[in-house]
Amino acid sequence: MVGGSSSPLPFRGRLAIQENTMKDTDIKRLLYTHLLCIFSIILSVFIPSLFLENFSILETHLTWLCICSGFVTAVNLVLYLVVKPNTSSKRSSLSHKVTRFLKCCIYFLMSCFSFHVIFVLYGAPLIELALETFLFAVILSAFTTVPCLCLLGPNLKAWLRVFSRNGVTSIWENSLQITTISSFVGAWLGALPIPLDWERPWQVWPISCTLGATFGYVAGLVISPLWIYWNRKQLTYKNN
Amino acid sequence: MQKASVLLFLAWVCFLFYAGIALFTSGFLLTRLELTNHSSCQEPPGPGSLPWGSQGKPGACWMASRFSRVVLVLIDALRFDFAQPQHSHVPGEPPVSLPFLGKLSSLQRILEIQPHHARLYRSQVDPPTTTMQRLKALTTGSLPTFIDAGSNFASHAIVEDNLIKQLTSAGRRVVFMGDDTWKDLFPGAFSKAFFFPSFNVRDLDTVDNGILEHLYPTMDSGEWDVLIAHFLGVDHCGHKHGPHHPEMAKKLSQMDQVIQGLVERLENDTLLVVAGDHGMTTNGDHGGDSELEVSRFLHTYSAATRDLQAKELHQLQNLFSKASADYQWLLQSPRGAEATLPTVIAELQQFLRGARAMCIESWARFSLVRMAGGTALLAASCFICLLASQWAISPGFPFRPLLIPVAWGLVGAIAYAGLLGTIELKLDLVLLGAVAAVSSFLPFLWKAWAGWGSKRPLATLFPIPGPVLLLLLFRLAVFFSDSFVVAEARATPFLLGSFILLLVVQLHWEGQLLPPKLLTMPRLGTSATTNPPRHNGAYALRLGIGLLLCTRLAGLFHRCPEETPVCQSSPWLSPLASMVGGRAKNLWYGACVAALVALLAAVRLWLRRYGNLKSPEPPMLFVRWGLPLMALGTAAYWALASGADEAPPRLRVLVSGASMVLPRAVAGLAASGLALLLWKPVTVLVKAGAGAPRTRTVLTPFSGPPTSQADLDYVVPQIYRHMQEEFRGRLERAKSQGPLTVAAYQLGSVYSAAMVTALTLLAFPLLLLHAERISLVFLLLFLQSFLLLHLLAAGIPITTPGPFTVPWQAVSAWALMATQTFYSTGHQPVFPAIHWHAAFVGFPEGHGSRTWLPALLVGANTFASHLLFAVGCPLLLLWPFLCESQGLRKRQQPPGNEADSRVRPEEEEEPLMEMRLRDGPHHFYAALLQLGLKYLFILGIQILACALAASILRRHLMVWKVFAPKFIFEAVGFVVSSVGLLLGIALVMRVDGAVSSWFRQLFLAQQR
Repeated sequence: MVGGSSSPLPFRGRLAIQENTMKDTDIKRLLYTHLLCIFSIILSVFIPSLFLENFSILETHLTWLCICSGFVTAVNLVLYLVVKPNTSSKRSSLSHKVTRFLKCCIYFLMSCFSFHVIFVLYGAPLIELALETFLFAVILSAFTTVPCLCLLGPNLKAWLRVFSRNGVTSIWENSLQITTISSFVGAWLGALPIPLDWERPWQVWPISCTLGATFGYVAGLVISPLWIYWNRKQLTYKNN
Repeated sequence: MQKASVLLFLAWVCFLFYAGIALFTSGFLLTRLELTNHSSCQEPPGPGSLPWGSQGKPGACWMASRFSRVVLVLIDALRFDFAQPQHSHVPGEPPVSLPFLGKLSSLQRILEIQPHHARLYRSQVDPPTTTMQRLKALTTGSLPTFIDAGSNFASHAIVEDNLIKQLTSAGRRVVFMGDDTWKDLFPGAFSKAFFFPSFNVRDLDTVDNGILEHLYPTMDSGEWDVLIAHFLGVDHCGHKHGPHHPEMAKKLSQMDQVIQGLVERLENDTLLVVAGDHGMTTNGDHGGDSELEVSRFLHTYSAATRDLQAKELHQLQNLFSKASADYQWLLQSPRGAEATLPTVIAELQQFLRGARAMCIESWARFSLVRMAGGTALLAASCFICLLASQWAISPGFPFRPLLIPVAWGLVGAIAYAGLLGTIELKLDLVLLGAVAAVSSFLPFLWKAWAGWGSKRPLATLFPIPGPVLLLLLFRLAVFFSDSFVVAEARATPFLLGSFILLLVVQLHWEGQLLPPKLLTMPRLGTSATTNPPRHNGAYALRLGIGLLLCTRLAGLFHRCPEETPVCQSSPWLSPLASMVGGRAKNLWYGACVAALVALLAAVRLWLRRYGNLKSPEPPMLFVRWGLPLMALGTAAYWALASGADEAPPRLRVLVSGASMVLPRAVAGLAASGLALLLWKPVTVLVKAGAGAPRTRTVLTPFSGPPTSQADLDYVVPQIYRHMQEEFRGRLERAKSQGPLTVAAYQLGSVYSAAMVTALTLLAFPLLLLHAERISLVFLLLFLQSFLLLHLLAAGIPITTPGPFTVPWQAVSAWALMATQTFYSTGHQPVFPAIHWHAAFVGFPEGHGSRTWLPALLVGANTFASHLLFAVGCPLLLLWPFLCESQGLRKRQQPPGNEADSRVRPEEEEEPLMEMRLRDGPHHFYAALLQLGLKYLFILGIQILACALAASILRRHLMVWKVFAPKFIFEAVGFVVSSVGLLLGIALVMRVDGAVSSWFRQLFLAQQR
């Protein structure tokens, strides 16, 4: 993570104060957006039961997966359009926007397929449960790729930069880093209880992994504003 | 001196572990308490007289005998479903036609025609389900313990009260024919016996035909009261072909004829019992032809045990008398029988369960002191590994104190032995080892602490980086859960995959994969520390994906543990001989030979790439000519083994002779290749020495030949560089190749060339011990370790003057991969899953009375992956130096960099590769020591976790089924791995010594 080795220089004091206030408002916005994301996940559990009969997370898991990934994607898109964390895009012609959107879609699909391949390489069944595995890939993409696409756009170099040491340039990217990593870790941890002989309904591939990923994502959403707030003194970004 | 002390120290650490394992084992795996008391007819079981009141009747003991004679037909491995009719299938599904169904039709007929005279039972037996244990259980009524499983090759006579003994003491004539295991179990107990050798599982007919020759004549002669016939053909057929082979149908039909013949000859006072001793995977047996009583199960119950708790015993006795009274009442009043029968059965079952639980309680008594001592010793050894591995890379590391513990250990052992001798106690080797270990451990710890440890904070003693530590902890936690031990075959590839992705991500995170211009400006102070990337990002990603793919493919060769009924074992693990279809068999055979050729070609390609193949030294000649010969021999042996049954009769002799000679020839070739390698390990093409014009003199600070090691250490790199220049000059004249010299490759990869050659030579005989299709796994194994080494090398920076280190993640991933390969070569840490046919590779006729050779062959089969990975462990140290040449070449490719490369100092320009290690011999040995200690540590904490799990969960339901076998396999695996590690390090040192003497000769030749 971004460790604090450099301290603000004295002649930058005024600047630093400005930065701090700006950062505080930013952190607040971050917190609100994250709360909205969590809220959308909670809604995805409760709303469908009003319209669908026999809906429950475990039994109609695939439905929930679709609904949850849809909700999360939608909320992320709306938040991106409303909050506009990066204002770097200079060209704003319609064709540019359209190509950008199409590119994003292709990236999303590619990430789904590559996640699917990685799951199979990790030991997921190849032929049976292919739909389940793919939907797991979709929801994990919704947790990780969609925020990346919203924030960074279809720009692989920027992605690689964000996910390396000292590559973060704003608190948005910092929180993106934290939520993405925690989603992955959650999904990984979710695979661990599968071999245990507790005979629980959630111990089935891929339910435990999707639940783990969801919990990881929510935990990341909660932790990242707190962590950034806690370390706000040490965090200095070049672009801010 | 340094080399010897490194090896000795490592051997000492291994000894510490062995002592700990032995101490723990002696406390954990007790041989069962065997009572030699025998019950007699005069002492009735339990208080009071028996309700049957049978004493006094002629021929009666505790109760009146219902039959005067018994024929017991034991068909080895007769599974319960073998007795089922052909047409039994689940309604709604198409009828299945399996070779083993419906072949025992005479049993069915008897059951249908005479339902009151025949019974069919399914019995569950206790593990271990090896023949000798089952025989013990059948005749003594006891639960055979685990340690017995090891003595299958050299069985011992039963000293407990047993059925045969009771029968003979009652004056019955017991006649036996069949499996010669009975000879060892009951020496001299039979009035007449025909024994046939049992160990050759390839032989389906000798035992059975031998029995059939004697069975009917003996029966007709009437000189017997109890006739036992133990057929082995079904078991051997199962071992050789599996239950789904047509051969099995043939065998079962033969058994059916036997039963039919016996039934026809049976007289009215005779009981015929047909039973299996165990199944193949599920266990079952069945008796037939006449009524079997419930009380039959009780006849070997011996109440004369001192050690059971009196209260519980009393309770059990009450239960038994109540049940027997009920039973008596039931016999007298048949009217309410239907209603009361279940309660009687329930009572009897409760009694049996209680008796069983009490027996387990009294037999499996652990020596907690020894277990705790063993665990503590293991933990201490792990700590020593950690401490010494950190100490070894500290700058002024002295090699001398390494020898201290060895001396102290000897002193302690002698003192202890002397002490015991003076007070005349029996010398216990396990305790002696433990005392020696402790007495050598303490002085070393004190010395290490005084010399190094106290100066540093404790945090540096625990150097494993966080994510690796987390994964290691997961790996250790696995041993504490029985479901995870059972699922380890799937959990290990998962962890390995996590490790691989972690390595790739870490490389990226550290910024070693991307050129720095892509990253935004790093903050002040950090830019200096980041190294420029040695490879592009796609390279490491490709390696990672390739590794994952290999792991996943190797996972296809997966054998199911018995505990998971849903799981389907891979059909590819069975030998080709068990396949039925001719076309598929040929295709598979082709694939196996292709894997063999690919393995060979890959090794040769690798050696050619680093130039070592051009060397005229004998090992390389062997690689060029001997290895293909070995591959040819292996392929020919496979062809014979897979089609041996289809050979025409006149070729049988030839085939059997060839299948004996070929494996031995391959093993002999491998051994001679290894001997050649040890004799001349330096595989370098020497072109110098023909009086080439010297362009630069070697600078020596002294005149005359080098006198000390220090002089040599100084001179050798200079000579090396000088030679390189010379070669390069010559090559430039010839204008054949680029700026890199050939000689550099040869000398720069001299260590790893020897290692790779040795590994290949080791792999071929091991490959031969496995089923044919496992050769694909071996190919994957080499590929996988190659990729992993490259991936690891990408993350290890080369520190030019030393100290050299091998990071923890490399060692952990290597050990994980060894475990993963253990599973993907079709093994499981349970005794029934051992590949017994390995004992017959090269010995189709069996081994006679030798036990060490089959044990060695089976052990080599089981622990092949442990051995290969342990021997190959030094490659972890060597590989980054090998990869140096690649990185440099890649960087030199763009033309703009040429100016740069000229400015660089000389040693940067030309890859010294492994000669860098020779530049700092002190660091080299320290690194080898450290590598060995780290690997031992990783293996050691695994065995420690196993021991802890087995001792904490010693009352767990699964302790004998899961934890104890796992511990035994881990322990043996540790021993094999540690020996392999020592061999690997010794090989590197041998090469090092040979390189030194080679340089010395060169130096002398130049002086002349």
